[in-house]
Amino acid sequence: MGIVTAEFPALALILLFPALGVVFNLFAGPRLGRGAVNLVGPGVMFAAFAVATWAFFTLSAMPAGSALSVHLWRWIEAGRLQTDFALRLDALSGVMVMIVTGVGALIHLYSVGYMAHDEDFARFFTYMNLFALSMLILVLANNLLLMFVGWEGVGLCSYLLIAFWYTNPQYAYNGRKAFVVNRIGDAGFLLGIFTIVATLGAHGIWTLDFATLRANAPLLGGAAATAAGVLLFIGATGKSAQIPLYVWLPDAMVGPTPVSALIHAATMVTAGVYMIARLSFLFVLAPNALDLVAAIGAFTALFAATIAIVQPDIKKVLAYSTISQLGYMFLGVGSGAFASGIFHVMTHAFFKGLLFLCAGSVIHALGGEQDMNKMGGLRSRLPITFWTMFIATLAIAAVPPFSGYFSKDLILEAAYTSGHSRLWILGIITAGLTSFYMFRLIFMTFFGESRVDADKVHHIHESPPTMTIPLIVLAILATVGGWVGLPDGLLWGNVFARFLAPVVGTFKPALEASPAYLSMVASIASSIGILLAYVFYLRLPGIPMILAWRLKDAYNLLLNKFYIDELYDLVVTRPLFWASQNILNRGVDTYAIDGAATGAALTVEASGEIARRAETGNVQHYAFIYLLGALGIVGYYLYLVGR
Amino acid sequence: MGGGLLTALIFLPLLGALFILMQSEERAIWNSAFIFSLIPLALSFYLLIAFDPHRADYQFVEQYPWIPAFGISYHLGVDGISLFLVLLTTILISLSLLYSGGGDIEERAREFCFFILVLETGLLGTLLAVDLFLFYMFWEVMLIPMYFLIGIWGHGERIYAAIKFVLFTMVGSLLMLVAILYLVFAAREHFGRLSFDLPLLYEVPLTVTEARWLFAAFALAFAIKVPMWPVHTWLPDAHTNAPTAGSVILAGVMLKMGTYGFLRFAIPLFPDVAIEAIPLFMTLAVIGIIYGALVAMMQPDLKRLIAYSSVSHLGFVMLGIFALNPQGIEGAIYQMLNHGISTGGLFLLVGMLYMRRHTREISEFGGLWHRVPVYAAIFMLVMLSSIGLPGLNGFVGEFLIMLGGFLRLRLAVVIAVVGVILEALYMLWTYERVMFGPIVNAINEKLADLTTREIAVMVPVIALMFFMGLYPRPLISRMEPSVNLMLARVHIAQARLDQKSDRRRLATADRHVPMTDHVSQIAAAAR
Repeated sequence: MGIVTAEFPALALILLFPALGVVFNLFAGPRLGRGAVNLVGPGVMFAAFAVATWAFFTLSAMPAGSALSVHLWRWIEAGRLQTDFALRLDALSGVMVMIVTGVGALIHLYSVGYMAHDEDFARFFTYMNLFALSMLILVLANNLLLMFVGWEGVGLCSYLLIAFWYTNPQYAYNGRKAFVVNRIGDAGFLLGIFTIVATLGAHGIWTLDFATLRANAPLLGGAAATAAGVLLFIGATGKSAQIPLYVWLPDAMVGPTPVSALIHAATMVTAGVYMIARLSFLFVLAPNALDLVAAIGAFTALFAATIAIVQPDIKKVLAYSTISQLGYMFLGVGSGAFASGIFHVMTHAFFKGLLFLCAGSVIHALGGEQDMNKMGGLRSRLPITFWTMFIATLAIAAVPPFSGYFSKDLILEAAYTSGHSRLWILGIITAGLTSFYMFRLIFMTFFGESRVDADKVHHIHESPPTMTIPLIVLAILATVGGWVGLPDGLLWGNVFARFLAPVVGTFKPALEASPAYLSMVASIASSIGILLAYVFYLRLPGIPMILAWRLKDAYNLLLNKFYIDELYDLVVTRPLFWASQNILNRGVDTYAIDGAATGAALTVEASGEIARRAETGNVQHYAFIYLLGALGIVGYYLYLVGR
Repeated sequence: MGGGLLTALIFLPLLGALFILMQSEERAIWNSAFIFSLIPLALSFYLLIAFDPHRADYQFVEQYPWIPAFGISYHLGVDGISLFLVLLTTILISLSLLYSGGGDIEERAREFCFFILVLETGLLGTLLAVDLFLFYMFWEVMLIPMYFLIGIWGHGERIYAAIKFVLFTMVGSLLMLVAILYLVFAAREHFGRLSFDLPLLYEVPLTVTEARWLFAAFALAFAIKVPMWPVHTWLPDAHTNAPTAGSVILAGVMLKMGTYGFLRFAIPLFPDVAIEAIPLFMTLAVIGIIYGALVAMMQPDLKRLIAYSSVSHLGFVMLGIFALNPQGIEGAIYQMLNHGISTGGLFLLVGMLYMRRHTREISEFGGLWHRVPVYAAIFMLVMLSSIGLPGLNGFVGEFLIMLGGFLRLRLAVVIAVVGVILEALYMLWTYERVMFGPIVNAINEKLADLTTREIAVMVPVIALMFFMGLYPRPLISRMEPSVNLMLARVHIAQARLDQKSDRRRLATADRHVPMTDHVSQIAAAAR
């Protein structure tokens, strides 16, 4: 069986289509109008999806471990360092490209309906296409540096789209916050790259393409691999919203809801998980770094889930839920189960993308209302939205046979059998909380009495087909998407993991066999969560209020997200600005440095004045004398020379 | 011999300047000045095409005795280090003239164009001179037109700013003059004749003390020009009060004379001292990066803000230069070009705003995007280039600089990388305050978007940003041979220093191992 890397120039088309979309929407969009933009914006994504499908099936037909590639041009080359603008589609990037183009195309289509009343549609689709382009560069890059181009590119688009309604200063601020927090992570990413180059460079290897890195990974050794792994993971905590850099993601929800679905749930935020899976050969050399990844993931999962249970804003619940689910993914890859982490990336893209689109459909129907206290009883008014959202909820709550069940189960099992039993407990608690907050959301939104504002009641309508079709397609995927990763021995078993194995390796449990009750414990936790939500929000709706009142401090702590934003503001932001203004700008620059320079000038000037009382002593004269002096020196030397 | 191409390049602008003095009608002045600036632009592109990318030494060399008694010759040449700076100069001069003719300069257009073209002669001469006397002459010639540009067409405290600019520069350059003369006399000691010729002066043997003092004098002159922290305070005043074209040329080209000076003179003349000085200069560079960014963040005036951001960006350039490896130095040269393009672009954009509103206070603006979307979009792009977004030019430079620095001194880059975060913070914050939010100031409701002429000024800037970000190879590959040649001198010095310390070590260890192989190996590798 030969492992083949086949030249496949059509890969470039996957990038070219969204790129053309950007150019078209930017320059021609405003002139040609809504019809053209609505056609081209999603159209290029479907075209990219078609090419991606073609490439994916071409790859599937090849022997395991094969890859498609295209070398576009040599990019940065300095000294012995060489990097290329080259693309590579293997099993891992194949899965990601299918998710990005497939879910991306659906969400673009949905946006046509969602943005139907916004006059800035051309700008919106320009950004969306640009995002798709960046994300595809990220996943298709054949080297770490090109991946970084996509990595920062998606951050830029995130910034632009969070601040899409820029006239609201708060939105603009949230956009900037996302970019700057991501840059903190990116700084770590860069240092990670430098560490790799410096270490491999000492062995004469000066490229960053994944194949070469993989072949030479042993040269990195323990310490360098750990350093690089931790630094790159700092990058991942920024992009994928993990502790301590998660703070931007909840605020990112002010962007249009399709953006939340595509960028802040389905694709961009999973980039960190993808990066770690892509560099799995490096991370397995750094067990300490992997342990850190798993621990941060588990803690983030629990932490975000606790915040989600009290949030009144439907999108905020989903935002914290996303952070929590991303934590699961990191727990998975951190436990060494890279394929399972990516599996959850995929199922999460289906069900969380769907949840956001459904939330968008609700918000759209209610004319912009996001507070769940002002919803309720929408089940009959929005039937498609309700049923699709209900399916997504079953998926995220890990109810079999919906997709989330399979992926979450694999992650929890991996956490346990890799020896992280304490992190596994955190995962189990999180599973219970997840079911609770998701069914709370469903019950508050669709069940019970309507609490919709009187002026918005007449406005309630099911969304147009451009919006509901993506909902239905995603609902199907959220249902069946997990069936490619069945437990081993059941029907076709875990096709997904077998497909990815040549790229990310196979999970090797540290413990012998997993106890049979593992899966049961998770299901029980999940059921308790559902049950509690049912009791609290349908049967005895007074309980949450009583609890909130009785446990006021705890409730406020959660409602205010543990005051982490306030803490960062107090400890980082304010001191930074204060010191920059008062110490550096006023103190050092104006007073000390410039003062010293001016003082020196004044001293010379003053002595000049004493020496020549006839002079006015102003600076022009000083300059003039200075020039004369200069000429004098030159003259003197020339005189010496001529002698 | 070079066939006079470099001479033509240097002196055609001067000829144009004289021609313009004979003009009287304003439109004709602007048109002829612009057209005259296109001639050196075209010549520099011809230079680029005819340049042999595989050669490391000077090309298009012209060498004639000038004042033979003093060993002064008219010696010009261009290599991979200066080639693109020449192009940057001709491009920015043309763009500045194109821009300034659009209403930015309202009086004394003739004198304005005259000084700009004289300045071009000074800048190109400085970059192309291979004789130290000739270099020093052009170095000083640069000052005079810039002094007048700031003093006559500037804003605010323009006289103060102009004098401060001249004084700071003179302090350094006089010391440099003394150092040059000392070097020339040392050459007489050694070769038996006076010579200002750079390749010859490279070979002058100096004692350690001599070399340290001379390096210090050169380095101070160049550090002020860069400007490095803490000799940077002339820059915010000069930038803020200069007319737009002055700021563009000052930031875009003139600051690079300082960094170029390090590459051409200070380091290859005194490589032993340069190696010793790595920790000092990397420290100052890193301080400049962080300090410049933090102070920039607090500026209420757009131009002052960009001026301080230059301190930060030039800190990166210095970091790359003192990495003294190919990645660092090529990144540094690349970043000099990037800074010229993106900061030049930012100054042009601020100038366009100033022309409309006669203020640069950030607090005067807000919500502009809605009124001037084309302007806002271009501003966004140039800003992204400035903060080093991958895919645009700035990233290539910053990446190579930090990589080179990392290979030399990890700690410096670990700190410098904070500058990458801060530059995003202050630029995006500025953008937010100017472009986003609602329009609070009613005057801004009437703001007009860019004219065709203004767009024409910005298009080359944007095209260069993308080209240099996506396809840096044609540029870097032309720099590389010359950079390696320069680094060979550093490597030999390094080997010399190693040998010295080895000897010392061996003396204490009382072992005798021949060292010659080691040295010749390093020297061979350097070549």
